[in-house]
Amino acid sequence: MILTAALGLPMLGALALAVSSRWTETTARRCAIAVSVLPVLLLIWAWRQFDPQGALFQFVEEVPWVPSLGMGYRLGVDGIALAVATMSALVFSASIAYPVDTKHQPRQYYAWMLFLQSVSLGVFLALDLLLFYVFFDLSLVGMFFLIGRWGHGQAQLAAFKFFLYTFCGSLLLLLAIIGLYQSVEPHTFDMRVLIEQQPLAGAGMTAALVFLALMLGFAIKTPMVPVHTWLPQAHVDAPGPVSAILAGVLLKMGTYGIIRIPFAMMAETFSRHALVIALFAVASILYGAFVALGQRNLKRRIAYTSINHMGYTVLGIAVAGALIQDTGYARELALVGATVEMVAHGLITGALFLICGSFWQRTEEYDLDSYGGLLRQAPWLTAFAVLASFASLGLPGLAGFVAEFHIFAGTFGVYPWLAVIGVLGILVTAALFLQMLQKVFFGAMPERWAQFEDLRPIEWGVLAVLSAGFVIIGVAPAFLLTLVEASAALLVGGR
Amino acid sequence: MPIGDVLPEISLTLGAVAIVLFASFVRQRQHHWAAVLALLAIGLGAGLTVAQWGGTPRLTFSGVWALDGVALASKLVVLIAGALVVAMSPEWMRTDRRHGEYYALVLFALLGVIMMASASDTMELVLGVLLSSVASYPLAAYHRGWAPALEAGMKYFLIGALTNTLLTIGVVVLFGLTGSTGYPDIAQALATDSDRLALTIATACVVLGLTFKLAAFPAHAWMPDVAQGSPVPAAAFLTVIPKIGAAVALARFVSLLPPDVAWRAIVASISVATMTLGNVAALRQTDVRRLLGWSSVSQSGYALMAIVVLGVSDQALPALVFFLASYAIANLAAFAVVTHLRGRTALDDYRGLARHAPIAATILIVSLLSLVGIPPLVGFFGKLMLFRVTLEGGYAWLALVAVINTVVSLFYYLRIVAPMMFGSRQSAVHLLSGQWARSAMAVAGLLLIVGGLGAEALSLFTGSIRFAL
Repeated sequence: MILTAALGLPMLGALALAVSSRWTETTARRCAIAVSVLPVLLLIWAWRQFDPQGALFQFVEEVPWVPSLGMGYRLGVDGIALAVATMSALVFSASIAYPVDTKHQPRQYYAWMLFLQSVSLGVFLALDLLLFYVFFDLSLVGMFFLIGRWGHGQAQLAAFKFFLYTFCGSLLLLLAIIGLYQSVEPHTFDMRVLIEQQPLAGAGMTAALVFLALMLGFAIKTPMVPVHTWLPQAHVDAPGPVSAILAGVLLKMGTYGIIRIPFAMMAETFSRHALVIALFAVASILYGAFVALGQRNLKRRIAYTSINHMGYTVLGIAVAGALIQDTGYARELALVGATVEMVAHGLITGALFLICGSFWQRTEEYDLDSYGGLLRQAPWLTAFAVLASFASLGLPGLAGFVAEFHIFAGTFGVYPWLAVIGVLGILVTAALFLQMLQKVFFGAMPERWAQFEDLRPIEWGVLAVLSAGFVIIGVAPAFLLTLVEASAALLVGGR
Repeated sequence: MPIGDVLPEISLTLGAVAIVLFASFVRQRQHHWAAVLALLAIGLGAGLTVAQWGGTPRLTFSGVWALDGVALASKLVVLIAGALVVAMSPEWMRTDRRHGEYYALVLFALLGVIMMASASDTMELVLGVLLSSVASYPLAAYHRGWAPALEAGMKYFLIGALTNTLLTIGVVVLFGLTGSTGYPDIAQALATDSDRLALTIATACVVLGLTFKLAAFPAHAWMPDVAQGSPVPAAAFLTVIPKIGAAVALARFVSLLPPDVAWRAIVASISVATMTLGNVAALRQTDVRRLLGWSSVSQSGYALMAIVVLGVSDQALPALVFFLASYAIANLAAFAVVTHLRGRTALDDYRGLARHAPIAATILIVSLLSLVGIPPLVGFFGKLMLFRVTLEGGYAWLALVAVINTVVSLFYYLRIVAPMMFGSRQSAVHLLSGQWARSAMAVAGLLLIVGGLGAEALSLFTGSIRFAL
């Protein structure tokens, strides 16, 4: 019941907020924060109970939903899902607690946030392909309303573009899911059965088509170059906390989906195309880094670094799926790295986008060139921004380094030349973050920011929690690595 | 005569007659009681249909009338949809001098649609199409003092006259070819050698005749006008219910044809043309009712996908009925909201509705999302079944075309959703007073969600249905 409670409580909270017409902003906010913390606690509890030596999927819950179709309400986690889900729940709590202009509709804002928390956790906890798809699609609906209603700039257009683009991917996914479903006898959407049976192995053209549809669907969500174009505008026009969720949680649905479905269920087909995926991943790494370097808009710059970082993750997954002889350990390293990168990127980019939100609340301005010298004016803000930036560019001792080290160590073992090219991305990322910090926080401060206010207690409190997350993973990653390694070994070696 | 086999139809007929008599003797103020009578007749018909459920699939009345799972299931869907239409009407029709007769027409039209779904004989089919048509023309033009309603009625009538003629020609050629009108005999005669050219002509004519009732390309042009100009409850009726009968009739007809008639290709190309045309035309609409009309053209295209794989995938018929049921609920819910909002039709009137009429706005949004196929609403399961049988039947390209169309359709559905949620309005929202339309709206909205969560029940209900022939 832990997992059902983890995704059910926020849903109940959302319903309560939606129907309670008399609550004030403060009550709604407090209630939302309280409810959003519960899944974090529940998942941490599950983490402590998780047995790394045990079965691949644990805490399994199963209730038939449409048995005649082979669909059920099936939940369960392996180490990878548990790590990503816990991180997601934490990012949600942080984003809900982070102050934002709710435009006189606080109840609706918090209700949508809790709804989105519930369905996002559903994506990571589902063990049923169709249930996975249900949550995957519902997350689009939640995000559409959040961006459209509480965004700024061309919010409605951004929301539109986001929904259309990602819905296109999700429909391809649906076709592929049906293809997988048809390929097992008796037909079922149960992920455990599909992972065990590898139904499309050696199925030639059908397998290739299903695989293509799956990868396209997830590549759009991730996003990978060249299907990333929905991302920058959605990020720039969304409110800060919503961007934090978009980058921290929703993008992970793409990479997590790749691990869970094509990687785990179609190992043979995946290995045949692993190099192509790795090439696209490296393209995303380089493209994301260079385009980010060229941005003058603070939020846009961070948005493009997400493309770069998700590129690392996909590179790790592609390497892990390469199935080349005698590279088992390297491939396991890469998969662990990909998972850690998901967690690290969620926390780090979550923090960076929340910081962007603080900028927007104070100045309604994202142009890097209009800032300068904020270090004296806002030391706390500077401190957290510097910490998160360093974590993002992969400084040792912070979470990003642990992840990237694993990924590149693994890649060296399988595709050494790709690792060499990919490392260039880290260099450019370092340049772009340092330049950003320099432009915003150092140098002379323009007159107009004389009244710039430093972080309020609630803001730095939230950022401190997220920062603690990526500092701890950076310094003492063992607790995360044990959890992930167990499942990664089963997925890579047990096949 | 096995009269017991058509008791549901008899209850509808008697109900309609009773309503006509009732309406001619009672004051106009009391005419809403005719709606109660109509609901009683429909309820009785539905109850009798349920009583027929579970028997072995068979043909009755010398093989002209089908009593199989498909006929019964579509009959039930038609009756439930008809009840919703009746329930959303009384307040809308209150000021009309001919309030009572309206319900008699609805019942006759329902009867026609049920005949189409059950006909196992070409003459019977023509009769069903004609009965449903003649009862529908006045429904479309019921507000005879209002020019758009008249225009809608005229257009509906003219296209209907043309296509009904084509249908009759097709039936006559088929008769000349096989010497019989009953489906069992036709199937038998066609299995042996026959003139392929004549058969192609007959097939083309019958299919064209049925595309009119389906609002599929090329006989779809009446749909947007009817959706925009007819009384909203009548529009709800005409955009949904005739389709159910026509789709089943088409499926029944094509399943008779020998494999060397390229009917799969014909239906597949009509399907693609219909969904694409409907979607593209809906894109630029700024009139919500017209947009819903075009969207329901495109939905007919989806339904045809199931007919394309008939006989290749064993789940094609269940998928067809499941999809039609889910589509009917969603479209009726949308039109129930429009009725409740006094039929307002300009997109601008919907701005900021989420704040001023939250329940209506929510139901409209949910119904549109169901039409797109967002899970876990009932529309998702309808689309899922369709995609499944299309892929299973080896028509992956058709499924892909449908996916692209679905993305396009999301665009225009969002064009209604976005202003409702994000916009703000100054003026107050005027709603239809009274409980009828409100309850119909609530019931339809509830069905959207309950139908999705309880998809198992719907799929059990449709799961094993097949043709008697």
